[in-house]
Amino acid sequence: MLVFLLRRLAQSVFVLIAMMIVVFFGVYMIGNPIDILISPDATPAEIAETMTRFGFDEPAYMQFLKFVGNALQGDLGRSFVHGESAVTLILSYMPATLELAALGLFFSVAIGVPLGVYAGYKADRWQGRAIMTGSIFGFSLPNFWVGMLLILIFAVELRWLPSTGRGETVEVLGMRLSIFSENGLKYMILPALTLALYKASLVTRLARAGTQEALMQDYVKFARAKGVSETRILLVHVLKNIMIPIITVLGLELGSMIAFAVVTETVFAWPGMGKLLIDSILTLDRPVIVAYLMMTVIIFIFINFTVDVIYTLLDPRVRVKGEAS
Amino acid sequence: MSILDVRDLQTHFFTDAGVVKAVDGVSFSLSAGEVLGLVGESGSGKSVTGFSILRLVDAPGRVVGGQINFKGQDLAKLSDREMRALRGNRIAMIFQDPMMTLNPVLRIETQMVEAVRAHDRVSHKAARDRAISALAKVGIPSPTERLAAYPHQFSGGMRQRVAIAIALLNGPDLIVADEPTTALDVTIQSQILAEVQQLARETGTALIWITHDLAVVAGLADNISVMYAGRIVESGPTDAVLTAPAHPYTQGLLGSIPGHGRRGERLTQIPGMAPNMARLPDGCAFAPRCARVSDTCRSSAPEITTFDGRRSLRCFHPLVPMTSSA
Repeated sequence: MLVFLLRRLAQSVFVLIAMMIVVFFGVYMIGNPIDILISPDATPAEIAETMTRFGFDEPAYMQFLKFVGNALQGDLGRSFVHGESAVTLILSYMPATLELAALGLFFSVAIGVPLGVYAGYKADRWQGRAIMTGSIFGFSLPNFWVGMLLILIFAVELRWLPSTGRGETVEVLGMRLSIFSENGLKYMILPALTLALYKASLVTRLARAGTQEALMQDYVKFARAKGVSETRILLVHVLKNIMIPIITVLGLELGSMIAFAVVTETVFAWPGMGKLLIDSILTLDRPVIVAYLMMTVIIFIFINFTVDVIYTLLDPRVRVKGEAS
Repeated sequence: MSILDVRDLQTHFFTDAGVVKAVDGVSFSLSAGEVLGLVGESGSGKSVTGFSILRLVDAPGRVVGGQINFKGQDLAKLSDREMRALRGNRIAMIFQDPMMTLNPVLRIETQMVEAVRAHDRVSHKAARDRAISALAKVGIPSPTERLAAYPHQFSGGMRQRVAIAIALLNGPDLIVADEPTTALDVTIQSQILAEVQQLARETGTALIWITHDLAVVAGLADNISVMYAGRIVESGPTDAVLTAPAHPYTQGLLGSIPGHGRRGERLTQIPGMAPNMARLPDGCAFAPRCARVSDTCRSSAPEITTFDGRRSLRCFHPLVPMTSSA
């Protein structure tokens, strides 16, 4: 188990390095941030001075080596625009995205699993077919369009929920979160639903396939022979068996929800990391972009580890193999 | 008084290739504490018969005819809820493959306690105690600790004991055992046979033991019914059927068992293969493989005839004289 974890860690470091190189030079080639940072009527002397201050006068590889040197000491640079450390800046935007992703994940499980299990149970009936057809919409409709449609229905027409912004926040464990205030939660529902729709359809399909397969197993038949109710068979015998693939996929999807909620956050003007990324790309704020993508990689690595741990909790057979090695 | 009375049971599978009459007019009855051996090759319909009794036949199969009277009530007429209340409670079942019958992700405790509480409104504690004593009864050492284990921590034989313990939990009147020892090695097989026989005798539970192995039922069953192509071709008291088989198929089955004192002798085998159930021949289904076949066999199927008082047969050319026909 330890060897396995160490190997995974080593792989992750390589991914981080590759990511660093690609992103740094990629952003470097897009354009010179000086053109955006400094006013157009600055004198050449001022421009040269600013270039030296940010280190832009040095060749690309020198800039990169300096960046790596600093990165190794935990410093991913300062935002050109905000003047703050890039990491601090991202961290200050992170809680908003995290809570949005968490609620989105909750929605996708709460909607996807029951629908999927039911669709699997009634696979040959119209109920099952209807759910499957519906799920096609779920992952073929584009995110931004769903977001705008939800705004149109629930914010503009029905006026039930607010359309943009973050609402009231409460300080919990040093983070400002809106999930714990009623007003803030109202602001989260629409963006979280938008974010969850695709995952929910994915989970529905996975849960259905798993349920259909599990229902054919002998242990289900044996449970029926014991006189166990159909409800309990579905909720205990089937559900626990199908959660393993669902958690794998959701783990990966959670990562993408956190890292790439860009579109949804833009539609709902949600002040999260996605919006920060878009703004930083527009201003060529290189340290923020690089730091953001590096953190994305770290989040994915962390989530994959967590998924592995949850496996062992769900599947006792994995646990034993782990103990043996 | 008979506890189970199956009359003219018909279970058909409606497949794309046509209707498969997996069980086609099977009748038998069991009294309390009786052990019936249901013997036949793969595909003879013996397992489907077992599942039909519990109303657990999977689609596209359906019980289309006949009666299954269990303690005087026709099981076909019960609602799903009433049937569920019987299953695992009055009628229990043990499956063939112990590796597949227990849910891999649930503890033995969970799987046993739920079987008790599906029928009795007792506390978790009381259900657990009953589970422990059932495990002890089937010979599982330190049952209290083993209760917390997962199925994969048991060997095949131990898993089958757990399955048997689950079947015994509610003290059923009837257990349908579908080849429960087939997947086990011989030493475990004989241990389990001996234990089940003893348990059935102690508790007065009637037992239907489904198997393809005549040797297994020889020492276990009071009566034997031999199935071929969805029908019972011969039935009677175990001793009588085994010493003087009347149906050529039964004789063929007996001849293919290797035994002591037959060293060097060639095992007889039944020529050909079990028939395609979707396209059965017109007459007797066994006719194409039978050594005693005549034109009558090919054109019409034999009806059940009873003889010797307690034996019955479906054959035009029995191997024993059908004297004292009752």
